[in-house]
Amino acid sequence: MIEVANLTKRYGSHLAVDNISFTVKDGEILGFLGPNGAGKSTTMNMITGYLSATSGTISVAGYDILDNPDEAKRHIGYLPEHPPLYRDMTVREYLNFIYELKKTRLPREPHIDEICRLVKITDVAGRVIKHLSKGYQQRVGIAQALIGNPDVLILDEPTVGLDPVQIIEIRKLIGHLGKNHTVILSSHILSEIQAVCSRVIVINSGKIIADGAPDDLSRNLSEVNSVLVRVQGPENEVKKLLSTIAGVSKVTPMGRRERNAYEFAVEVAGKNDIRQEMFRRLSDRNWPILLMRPNELTLEEIFIRLVDGTIDASVLDTIKPMADDSDKAKALEAVNDAVGEIERPLGAPNEGEDK
Amino acid sequence: MKAIYKRELKAYFTSPLGYIVTLIYVLMGGVVFTILFSNGSAELSTLFSIMYTFTLFLMPVLTMRLFSDELRMKTDQALFTAPVKIGSIVMGKYFAALTVFLLANSLTIVYQLVFSAYVSVEWLVYFDNVIGSLLLASALISIGLFISSLTESQMTAAMGSMSVSIVLMFIDMLGSYIDSNILSTVVNWLSFSGRYNTFIVGIVDYANIAFFLSITAIFLFLTVRVQEKRRWS
Repeated sequence: MIEVANLTKRYGSHLAVDNISFTVKDGEILGFLGPNGAGKSTTMNMITGYLSATSGTISVAGYDILDNPDEAKRHIGYLPEHPPLYRDMTVREYLNFIYELKKTRLPREPHIDEICRLVKITDVAGRVIKHLSKGYQQRVGIAQALIGNPDVLILDEPTVGLDPVQIIEIRKLIGHLGKNHTVILSSHILSEIQAVCSRVIVINSGKIIADGAPDDLSRNLSEVNSVLVRVQGPENEVKKLLSTIAGVSKVTPMGRRERNAYEFAVEVAGKNDIRQEMFRRLSDRNWPILLMRPNELTLEEIFIRLVDGTIDASVLDTIKPMADDSDKAKALEAVNDAVGEIERPLGAPNEGEDK
Repeated sequence: MKAIYKRELKAYFTSPLGYIVTLIYVLMGGVVFTILFSNGSAELSTLFSIMYTFTLFLMPVLTMRLFSDELRMKTDQALFTAPVKIGSIVMGKYFAALTVFLLANSLTIVYQLVFSAYVSVEWLVYFDNVIGSLLLASALISIGLFISSLTESQMTAAMGSMSVSIVLMFIDMLGSYIDSNILSTVVNWLSFSGRYNTFIVGIVDYANIAFFLSITAIFLFLTVRVQEKRRWS
């Protein structure tokens, strides 16, 4: 459906997108993952024909975006990073305008009504866009992309700035749309990609650094087996004790979490299970364990390490799933995303927990 | 083009902009008409003559946000990723602004009709005046549209187009002070008001029509080029 070959975009001396190639199959939901400024938006802008590539080719539904821009664009619905909304228009007027702009041939009223229902903006259809909340504006942006029923949807950070409930709704919607559209979605939030995408491309500094199914991305790194433990006791002594347990390769203090309780990330060489031993040794000293859990690398951590270059993309096959499927966990995840979990240093204390 | 045209025209009248420009023209027209009428004169050309300066400074107001607002609000992303040619986007905006000018001056036909009820008026001269004012507006709109496509700020766009209007005024003033033959020929050739005034007196000079149409075409073309280049930079 979409073929990108040797795509490069150069702004002066800055290389925004560096010779990337990939294809997206019919009906695939592809996640574009990368930190801000990685080249995600630039790539999307080139696929949609908003920007021209310095070199390389893009074809959408068999039409080259440079040679047949009108035909190619007819197959694309695009939600840019900032939804292109005319703030003085009502939602209805705006969608009517986009309908005409895209030269849509579907019956107008039923088509627009259907889209409004799908993205749940029927109630606000008569309101002026600038008076809508960010979440509704984002939905209008998605509605705009859906007009003309294009085969390909390109959504640039569709959930940015939304509250957790809205995020979950939009994700559901994207999942639903993915059933009969080819979707490219960008995000700097991994769990989002994991929740909706059938394939992930990780992009950093304009280069593709990983490409695969999110399940592949989510298998544990076997070398880095680590346990997180919260112990009530003197920090330095606990650390010393933990270091002496057989098989422990490194103990990283994570700071105080509760009154007199400290957290440690205990890294274990190989496949050794040290939890029982750890329990016995700490209990001997009468230092209660308040919390112990496997400190698996979350997708966030893997992502940061990928971007840092700390781990090689080749080990991605060996990373383990982090999220479970219960709705509660998903909601929690969404909340974390919304506060920008990725910007929080690994294992840094959660605010408020100390008090 | 139709979608853009309709949206722009609507946008003029959902913001105060379209109303303000229309109001100024209507007020000016009303005042001049009243004076003419009370003096027993039916020379509507006077109105068109005074209109020149108004047009010079109102067209920049009309064109300032045409592209700069799209760039600032990033709505150009919707336009340029739709299956539409850049040329038709530019034309849609150009015709919308021209339509507002036409609407703002549509009352002149009422004045002319009132005069014609009392005296025999020269309809040909009237239409000549209308054509002249439209051509002038058309040239100024295309210049303003071009300048608007260069910047994200509508204030900058307005200042830029106003500066062009001021330069045009200076050119007219210079014309009468220059002794050099060659220079004064150049200055007179460039003079918008000189060419406009021939329409006012009822002379149809195809060279003048061609001049204003060429200015329009050149700047519309440049606007398209600017938007195309933006994608490559």
